[in-house]
Amino acid sequence: MKRKRLRWLEIVLAGLVLTLVGILVNNLAVNLIRTELGLSFKWLWQPAGFALSEHTLPYQPGDSTAWALLVSWLNSLRVIACSIVLATVLGVGAGAARRSLNPLLRQLAGLYVGLIRQIPLLLQLLFWYFVAFLGLPSEPMAPVGTLVSLSNQGIAILGLNLSVEFSAVLVGLSVFTGAAIAEVVRGGLDSVPKGQWEAFRSLGIGETLGMRKVVLPQALPAILPALSSQYLNLAKNSTLAIAVGFADLYAVSDTAITQTGRAIEGFLILLLSFLALNLLINGGMQVLNRIVVRPAQRT
Amino acid sequence: MTIAVRAESITKTFNGSQKALDQVNLSVNHGEVLVVMGPSGSGKSTLIRTFNGLEAIDAGQLEIVGIPLDTDQDERQIRRIRRRVGMVFQQFNLFPHLSILDNITLAPIRVRKINKANAEERAHGLLAQMGIADQALKYPSELSGGQQQRVAIARALAMDPELMLFDEPTSALDPERVKEVLDAMRRLAADGMTMIVVTHELGFAREVADRVLFMDAGRVVELTDSSTFFTQAKEERSRRFLNQMAH
Repeated sequence: MKRKRLRWLEIVLAGLVLTLVGILVNNLAVNLIRTELGLSFKWLWQPAGFALSEHTLPYQPGDSTAWALLVSWLNSLRVIACSIVLATVLGVGAGAARRSLNPLLRQLAGLYVGLIRQIPLLLQLLFWYFVAFLGLPSEPMAPVGTLVSLSNQGIAILGLNLSVEFSAVLVGLSVFTGAAIAEVVRGGLDSVPKGQWEAFRSLGIGETLGMRKVVLPQALPAILPALSSQYLNLAKNSTLAIAVGFADLYAVSDTAITQTGRAIEGFLILLLSFLALNLLINGGMQVLNRIVVRPAQRT
Repeated sequence: MTIAVRAESITKTFNGSQKALDQVNLSVNHGEVLVVMGPSGSGKSTLIRTFNGLEAIDAGQLEIVGIPLDTDQDERQIRRIRRRVGMVFQQFNLFPHLSILDNITLAPIRVRKINKANAEERAHGLLAQMGIADQALKYPSELSGGQQQRVAIARALAMDPELMLFDEPTSALDPERVKEVLDAMRRLAADGMTMIVVTHELGFAREVADRVLFMDAGRVVELTDSSTFFTQAKEERSRRFLNQMAH
């Protein structure tokens, strides 16, 4: 009886979805015919005609639009990869600090998570760009020795120069996602039975070592799935980089679309690029999951 | 004879009202076996958990293996105590992601800085002493409850403690597994280990304990040598408890 009703519901839902897809495809076809544009990707091989503020591979405005998109995709990839590393360090640190014995550390971490989660990411990016980085003096300051220096030209780490735009996106994404990861880590730590903490403490093992050797390995199976969804969020959120003028894939596609008028093709490329990127992240996390979870599951 | 535990009118309050420990005085000598008994909620677990700093006291004075443990819970002081005091829990609390061998050698290698080969040799010796020499490379979930608890005892002993605390070590075990754990504890007592054991096992208390501490509602009702406790308990409350336990 119940199963039968569910079957009906499935048929109705499938019908609705098919109808919706049909309307969209029909709409698209009608519009393409009406504007006499047709689907075409030839524009990709024509000169882009615009400059990119930063590129890791050689690039000139005379290069093809496809090249411009690839270069910008690498820019996205670079800022996403760096942010994932930084956000993970921040998040694990803050998450562990929220379960620390030190009340000051606990409160600081709580304040960080509480504050950052209340403010829209777009505002945070604008803050890091306009207030934090552009507000720096033009003369480089070196707060941590000569390894890192800061100025309104960006960050220099060991001779590696990061642009202000890149720095703002990197710090903004990392600080924002780090707060979310801190919550994920805290939840994972809380899933480990209290007896495990008491057991390592009773053996004279200190908090840091106990966290590393006893609690975190057991928390990882609970942390990893939520962590990979935070990484996917970070990748998607990186499109907000357009707000501070960072030449990421979304910003450059936007320019290309405006110049060529090829919105449908442009968005198809965007969608596929992000799909590829997120499948990459997902695949990586699944491999990690398999490595980490197997030994820990012997409970 | 030196003193392993000295407690002077220690008090502990949970949630601001209920007194888990109420002015408890106690002194335990090295080499002594003390069994702590009492109805559930009488504060016996809380009492021994204050001895290695798992619970902080609100008032009074504690001195464990010669180290003072104040109400302000100095972390360094507590860790000095914990290195010299072993604890065995009701739920074993083995590390499920580590092999039996790694469970036992983790603290000796990391805390006492003993080299790996020596720590493992000692671990094998302790496992043999516990009658589970062939389990070293297994994981906790592959062992029975009684075997897990004996691993937990071996893990605590690997730190060469001067004092061992047992918090209802057989309460989570199947009845047919209780004996193997109690036997291991009997051997430990016979070797002269200082032990404080919270348990409901009357037989163990009668045979092994030098003294019995009987608690109710956070207070010490009776503290006497075990033969006196089982034959001619002074307090009405103790006699009623023994009567109930016998049935």
